[in-house]
Amino acid sequence: MIEMKLISKRFGKINPLSIEEYIKFDGYKNLKKAFSMERTAIIEEVQKAYLRGRGGAGFPTAIKMMALAKETNKEKYILCNADEGEPGNFKDRYLMENDPHQVLEGMIIVAYATGGTKGIIYVRGEYQKSISLLKWSIDEAKKKGYLGNKILGSKFNFDIEVRSGAGSYVCGEEFSLIESIEGNPGRTRVKPPFPTQIGVFGKPTLINNVETFSTIPTILEISGAEFAKIGTPTSTGTKLISLSGNVKNKGVFEIPFGVPIRDVIYKLGKGIEKDRKLKMVQLGGACGPIIPEYMLDMIIDFERFEEFESKTGAGAIIVIDERFDLFDILLKIVQFFQHESCGKCTPCREGHIQLANLIKKFVERKATMEDIVSLESLARVIHQTSLCGLGQTSPTAIISSLRYFRDDYIDCVEHSYKG
Amino acid sequence: MKMVNLIINNVKVTVEENTSILKAAKKFNMNIPTLCYYEDLGIKSDCRVCVVQVEGKKGLVSSCSTPVSEGMVVYTNSARVLNARKTIVELILSNHDVKCTTCIKNMRCELQNLAKNLGIDENRFPSVFERQPIDDNNPSIVRDPNLCIKCGRCVDVCNNVQGTSVLAFYGRGHETRVSAVFDEHLSDAFCTLCGQCASVCPVGAITEKDDTDLVWKALADPNKHVIVQVAPAVRVSLGEEVGQKIGTIVTGKMVSAMKILGFDQVFDTDFTADLTILEEGNELIHRITNGGVLPMMTSCCPGWINFAETRYPDILDHISSCKSPQQMFGSLAKSFYPQKIGLDPKDIFVVSVMPCTAKKYEAKRTEMSVDGENPDIDVVLTTRELGKMIKQMGIDFENLDEKPFDSPFGITTGAGAIFGATGGVMEAAIRTVYEVVNKKPLESLDFKELRGLEGIKEAEINLNGTMVKVAVAHTLSMAKVLSEQVRNGTSPYTFIEIMTCPGGCIGGGGQPYGTTNKTRLDRISAIYEVDAGMPLRKSHENPEVLALYKDFLKEPLGKLSHHLLHTYYHNRNNKSQTR
Amino acid sequence: MLLKEVLKKYQRKEDNLIEILLDYQAIKSNHYISKEEIIEIAEYLSLPESKVCSVLTFYTFFSDKPRGKHIIQVCKDVPCYISSQVNVLKTIEKELGIRVNETTQNQQFTLEFTSCIGCCEAGPAMRINDKIYTNLTADKIKAILSEYRVYMQ
Ligand SMILES: Cc1cc2nc3c(=O)[nH]c(=O)nc-3n(C[C@H](O)[C@H](O)[C@H](O)COP(=O)(O)O)c2cc1C
Ligand code: SF4
Ligand code: SF4
Ligand code: SF4
Ligand code: SF4
Ligand code: FES
Repeated sequence: MIEMKLISKRFGKINPLSIEEYIKFDGYKNLKKAFSMERTAIIEEVQKAYLRGRGGAGFPTAIKMMALAKETNKEKYILCNADEGEPGNFKDRYLMENDPHQVLEGMIIVAYATGGTKGIIYVRGEYQKSISLLKWSIDEAKKKGYLGNKILGSKFNFDIEVRSGAGSYVCGEEFSLIESIEGNPGRTRVKPPFPTQIGVFGKPTLINNVETFSTIPTILEISGAEFAKIGTPTSTGTKLISLSGNVKNKGVFEIPFGVPIRDVIYKLGKGIEKDRKLKMVQLGGACGPIIPEYMLDMIIDFERFEEFESKTGAGAIIVIDERFDLFDILLKIVQFFQHESCGKCTPCREGHIQLANLIKKFVERKATMEDIVSLESLARVIHQTSLCGLGQTSPTAIISSLRYFRDDYIDCVEHSYKG
Repeated sequence: MKMVNLIINNVKVTVEENTSILKAAKKFNMNIPTLCYYEDLGIKSDCRVCVVQVEGKKGLVSSCSTPVSEGMVVYTNSARVLNARKTIVELILSNHDVKCTTCIKNMRCELQNLAKNLGIDENRFPSVFERQPIDDNNPSIVRDPNLCIKCGRCVDVCNNVQGTSVLAFYGRGHETRVSAVFDEHLSDAFCTLCGQCASVCPVGAITEKDDTDLVWKALADPNKHVIVQVAPAVRVSLGEEVGQKIGTIVTGKMVSAMKILGFDQVFDTDFTADLTILEEGNELIHRITNGGVLPMMTSCCPGWINFAETRYPDILDHISSCKSPQQMFGSLAKSFYPQKIGLDPKDIFVVSVMPCTAKKYEAKRTEMSVDGENPDIDVVLTTRELGKMIKQMGIDFENLDEKPFDSPFGITTGAGAIFGATGGVMEAAIRTVYEVVNKKPLESLDFKELRGLEGIKEAEINLNGTMVKVAVAHTLSMAKVLSEQVRNGTSPYTFIEIMTCPGGCIGGGGQPYGTTNKTRLDRISAIYEVDAGMPLRKSHENPEVLALYKDFLKEPLGKLSHHLLHTYYHNRNNKSQTR
Repeated sequence: MLLKEVLKKYQRKEDNLIEILLDYQAIKSNHYISKEEIIEIAEYLSLPESKVCSVLTFYTFFSDKPRGKHIIQVCKDVPCYISSQVNVLKTIEKELGIRVNETTQNQQFTLEFTSCIGCCEAGPAMRINDKIYTNLTADKIKAILSEYRVYMQ
């Protein structure tokens, strides 16, 4: 069994519009359980589960929860990051479209445990269906007393609001997200202070990914200790994988951490379309590494991803077959970042256009050995010096391709010489 | 205060917690280059030039924004850091209209300096620069977007210090640009022309309009009698332009230098500052005793007038009708002065040296003309432009003799001098108004509560038994606070002084580059030192001013005064909204 | 609908800016925010116009220039690119006789690129106004476009 359906267990089994069906299928059960627990005990469960953020960085969720819980401000925000803008990622959309109440339940539990007073779900503007489903579900939950004042007859008040993005990938970055919610352009802020100290509207704020919140009810259900047994010791539980590209069976799959990439592609994805040869795989999304066939036995967990100097654990796998040229792909990736850069810091604002110009030379087979050196050096500087995660991770594809597809570069230069 | 130990470039240092790496290194004599960082402004951390290597961290961190921590090991100049820094500067230059030798910022440009220090003699990146139109259709400020490096200093100043919100970032990614709203000219975008943006811009993207050529031409014209007036704030800042310590008082040498430059007469704006006090003080007394519009607000700062005319047109009748000292000088220079020396006013060329860019605009207002045709002031130079002329002329400033100002606008008082600092006009006015109303001398001339860099300062004075509240504001954000009260009718004050620039004119938009709060304080102390050292410290005791009234103007607020020394304001809010 | 009526729905809070722009632009047939409207929105929220403008020019959903009644946005990122059997952009360009970033003469269609719209498992994908279309083929594109053409009569 490669798949393991914990948080996707209701996908296709319930009508997402129906709160009754959600409740019947164990829904809001764990919220009630949470209300019977000490607040600190809830955070302890999350800590025991060793839940790490599913939005990409893999930061331990319990640490953030503790940080928020200890803030004494009267108002605290719980922010759900549903901006999912990275090419190749769509699993948050599946969660919102197939099981919206699970997201809400997770948020309410976290709010209860940390003293959160107000929730906001920031959904990318392209996800109109998710937005209307979430709004509908929030209303339903309010009617049933899971949201609003005196939730389930307790003294706990909590409300959730849905905000729409307006076409900007960088708004998924924590402070850009906060800026955007406040009605500003999504340009990041300087850290510290961190969002848990001064976040949205100047209030302490906890930001987590849709999947992270969706996992919370399951942790309470099976207990943190049981959850931690799933996956690998440092990457616990399950992960939703967005599988796209040239595979026969694309879609979202839930797997325990530790499954080899090859199994996802060949077992869940049923292999390459038209049984072509696989050329490369991009992991995590546009900001993730590009790896060759011989690395497919690598297992999926946070540690392996970190080795690529990028924290790209959002769980996308983009499979690219032999028909495609590495440099065409790289150019598209760089242009994506050039377009989505917020423009605040120099390396990212000015660097991507130069990276694109360099890559174009390879696309057009006009490259020289020096261009390889320049490309590598510039990519590293952007990676090392950019202000936010966008610029820090955008060169990963180039840097990894220089490592694993060096022959393509050399070939290209040699072809360029022949002219 | 908790102390933190760390190692910077193998040097063990101890600094207070929350200090940035940048400041910690500087404290121990290791300067890390910066571009977007500017003391007293917000940390933007966007240029990334100040990156350093911290042991245990994968990437490089910006030293301006990263606080020190216990046991941190920092390298500010490792090979990796140097390479990154160089690459960043090359990237900036790849989208920049590089033209240093003909650039107004040549030799005083932070980017150029940085490129030189990093040894960038070739740019590995091809230029992707695309030319955009230059905005130079106002008399004060030139904005050349082709030189902008998007550091955000101007946007910060314009929005957060001045609250004027003229400049902002538009677009994103590589298309990011700094501009006025709808890409309008500054003149249409309600810009106050305060020049604070120009004073912080690290490159030549926002500068004062350079008028030195016009002055050279006039000086070379044998048919022109060229006279110059120098504002109070210039004598305590010009020294910085010619290599002297911040806060040095260079009055006498400055006069000598201007004589060498060829000015026929060198006069002191402090004189018309004294005159302003007599007119404005009497206007205040008149308003108080005749039930006039109160609070009265000062009018000597042209940036404030621009601000009020565009944002607060409904409170213009609160503003004193007195012209600014610069323009009072201008009217006299084209009326009283030519009469006195027997010249045709048309042959007199009047130059002002001001710490201010908005003064260039003020001089061009149609109201500021005695004959209704020609401007009273022909050219306004900023302190920086005067410094430039002194350097062009090759004057050895340091070794100059000290010379006095010329008569009849040469004798001045301490009251006129302190016009240059925030609170100074108020203090000068009180010195006169108190004595005129109460008909007895003040016990102490120093109003300490009105001095210093606090945003809004207050004082109470006893006028014939009534306690009268006064307030002083500097920066337009603070002016906004007091103006809102006036607009709502909740202002508790009788008299309000407003200066646009932080610290008052000593912090003006035309002052030497690199002005920080520390610089401002040094210049302010120098100004009060000038005041304290003057034999006369009250405007109404200035014998030349008294003589001017006796021989020419007759009395404050009289007919001639009204004609020459007073003005009126326009509602310039043609867009019917608040900005 | 008048801008005033849209504004009425929202409290005068700065953070409503993006929602207001989205809401109003969607109901405008030419899908853009004019200078006058920027001024009106700024006034309503007591914001400097420069702020409204900088938000407007930052987010790709917004436009400060008039566009067609239907905004077609074609995804240009890798998952869609590698899944495409056809060149979606070229097909639409040919069908409508316009290039990317242009509007048809009858003001019905504007063609744009978009970054990934999160439908990578069903690429190639595009968005027309708020609606997403996936698994595009040449025939499907033609059918979709003719549907919109029928609508407009
Ligand atoms: C450019 C950029 C885009 C991001 N986009 C998203 C996103 O769409 N969704 C998300 O959950 N996290 C995104 N992140 C990561 C968030 O910054 C943040 O780490 C995450 O929301 C934290 O939640 P988690 O701990 O549950 O993963 C992005 C980060 C960067 C730098
Ligand atoms: S790396 Fe810099 S320019 Fe790029 S998105 Fe982040 S802050 Fe903006
Ligand atoms: S702004 Fe500086 S670097 Fe640019 S051209 Fe002028 S002097 Fe040279
Ligand atoms: S001159 Fe003053 S008001 Fe005008 S743009 Fe510069 S800082 Fe803003
Ligand atoms: S105009 Fe000058 S201060 Fe403003 S962003 Fe550009 S370089 Fe910086
Ligand atoms: S000075 Fe630190 S990033 Fe610009």
